Amino acid sequence: MDEKKTLLKVEHLRKYFPVKSGMFKKDYIQAVEDVSFRIYQGETLGIVGESGCGKSTLGRAILRLHEPTSGRVVFDGVAIYDGEQKKQVPMLPYRKRMQIIFQDPSASLDPRMTVGEIVGEALTVHRPDLKGQAYRDRINELLETVGLNSEHANRFPHEFSGGQQQRIGIARALAVEPDFIVCDEPISALDVSIQSQVVNMLEDLQRDKGLTYLFIAHDISVVRHISNRIGVMYLGQMVELSESYELCSQPLHPYTQSLLSAVPLPDPEKTRAQQRVILEGDVPSPLHPPTGCRFHTRCPAATEKCSQCAPTWKEYRPGHFVACHRLEEGD
Amino acid sequence: MDNNTNPSAGKLLEVRDLRVSFYTPAGEVKAVDGISYDLDEHEIMGIVGESGSGKSVEAYSIIGLLQNPGKVIGGSIRFAGENVLDYDEEQMRQFRGNKVSMIFQNPMTCLNPVYTIGNQLMEALTCHNKSVTRKEAWARAVEMLELVGINNAEKRMDQYPHEFSGGMRQRAMIAMALICSPKLLIADEPTTALDVTIQAQILELMKDIQKKTGMAIIFITHNLGVVAEICDHVSVMYAGHIVEQGKVNDIFYRPAHPYTRGLLRSMPRVDELEHERLIPIEGTPVDLLDPPAGCPFGPRCESCMKICLNSAPPMLEVGEDRHLSACWLHVKEMKEANRHG
Repeated sequence: MDEKKTLLKVEHLRKYFPVKSGMFKKDYIQAVEDVSFRIYQGETLGIVGESGCGKSTLGRAILRLHEPTSGRVVFDGVAIYDGEQKKQVPMLPYRKRMQIIFQDPSASLDPRMTVGEIVGEALTVHRPDLKGQAYRDRINELLETVGLNSEHANRFPHEFSGGQQQRIGIARALAVEPDFIVCDEPISALDVSIQSQVVNMLEDLQRDKGLTYLFIAHDISVVRHISNRIGVMYLGQMVELSESYELCSQPLHPYTQSLLSAVPLPDPEKTRAQQRVILEGDVPSPLHPPTGCRFHTRCPAATEKCSQCAPTWKEYRPGHFVACHRLEEGD
Repeated sequence: MDNNTNPSAGKLLEVRDLRVSFYTPAGEVKAVDGISYDLDEHEIMGIVGESGSGKSVEAYSIIGLLQNPGKVIGGSIRFAGENVLDYDEEQMRQFRGNKVSMIFQNPMTCLNPVYTIGNQLMEALTCHNKSVTRKEAWARAVEMLELVGINNAEKRMDQYPHEFSGGMRQRAMIAMALICSPKLLIADEPTTALDVTIQAQILELMKDIQKKTGMAIIFITHNLGVVAEICDHVSVMYAGHIVEQGKVNDIFYRPAHPYTRGLLRSMPRVDELEHERLIPIEGTPVDLLDPPAGCPFGPRCESCMKICLNSAPPMLEVGEDRHLSACWLHVKEMKEANRHG
């Protein structure tokens, strides 16, 4: 694992959103709280969690689409964000290397631009040398890469189905030849029969172009399929991170265990025989998260200690990180 | 097809050759194009399909909630022997709530934000049953909230929908749907908007309530995992047609229609042991304004034959326990079997 080149390093990243509560009081939604991990060159790191756990905010904070509150983000050896510094590095040169694919393809494509303009927009900023025929050729090449053809360049987004729109979104991300792409729930809005087409395409692109993905989704089966390693988030914090087969077969954190057991399998006998850990209640508000371990209010194995102090993020097996008191005590 | 319309014992709902069209400015959209199925009492039937397959439209036509420009243009829906499509407005009102009720995907858009939960629950009861006093209605509403696992039911009665979390709202919706003890509950993607841990809670609750009350459920979803979890019987819909129906085990272990097989193959599974490449269904979903002639799935089907593009396949029995599938391949197989046998 040590020979692998680290492409992106995230250290103690925090992102708080200010909200007004009362006339003079200001509160903060702690969307991402003290998250650290690294992504190796050429791998896919999956992030799973339920809605409101901060997984999308994390993806955007890494790209500085949301400016982080504190912490450090190091991309290819350069600190693109450092909470200690007053002045941050300009992002423009890095935008070319880091891209994002959004969840809702119809909302992320400008309805008044043609597909050619959408895909080519980034080229006009990052590749001003491409002009005329060369520019058009590049757009056609990109459309073909994602399984569309050059005739589509003059059409508008509404003329396409959801799956095709997502392909346009992917072509746009690929336009500047990035190294790293944040895939923010790229297939959640698509039909089941189309999802697998897009998943396969993302895998092919990764193989052909040597891309590195941060793949964010709430559906653990998809994340399990596409990722080399998976991080599980709960209420703004990373609770477990491991190689994906190990995470799914031997989850250590009680939240991961219950999340995995809650997934219904498309196999009637197996899914009905499954032992479920059904969690009580709902996810608490990130405005006033529980003290200690944030999961303790719903954890089936919580003790008094869990409500008082936060567990530390430790490597329990090689490459398998967990934050849980139960493991600290060697249980 | 219409000679077995006598209500036989145990049969709750009989849908025969139902056709629903939407007359849009761009042309007629055949959202549901001739579907037939039976539902027994106490049975949970799943209707699976992708968006635009007509699964919700079909359910809305049972309960008379089709919106303009949608229209039922043919077929019959018999509930306990009576054709629901012949009901007038008043009969329909009585039918809804008392016999059939419905829960929806997004509980927040279905609950009225300016009334308390208690108010809305009691309204559902008093509206269908005029003789109930306020006090009785209150008691019944509290009882229902307790049934769906809401703690502090008395206190919760006075709260507004925004004070409930997503899972709690869906529970309140279920309580409201069940307050008049219907015989059939139509659940339209009830867990799609919920997180997977909350989905597990709601599925558990629905199974539990179904056992207690014995009602039948039509469960509409696109999630095959949920179907495997909760349903007894499954209908698979594609572009307004039921392409395959049967017992849940037959559908998952012995799928007959190429679309069903394709769907099952294309899904990533959390219990897969090693990385296998997904096998997607190629092509794009059907444009309902311009559906293909013949089999709706023909243009995307890997074993498409000449006949598939010209005429629609008949629904044939391919196994025991009402396992039906509409595909020309079955006709071909049967002919070959006859020739050799």
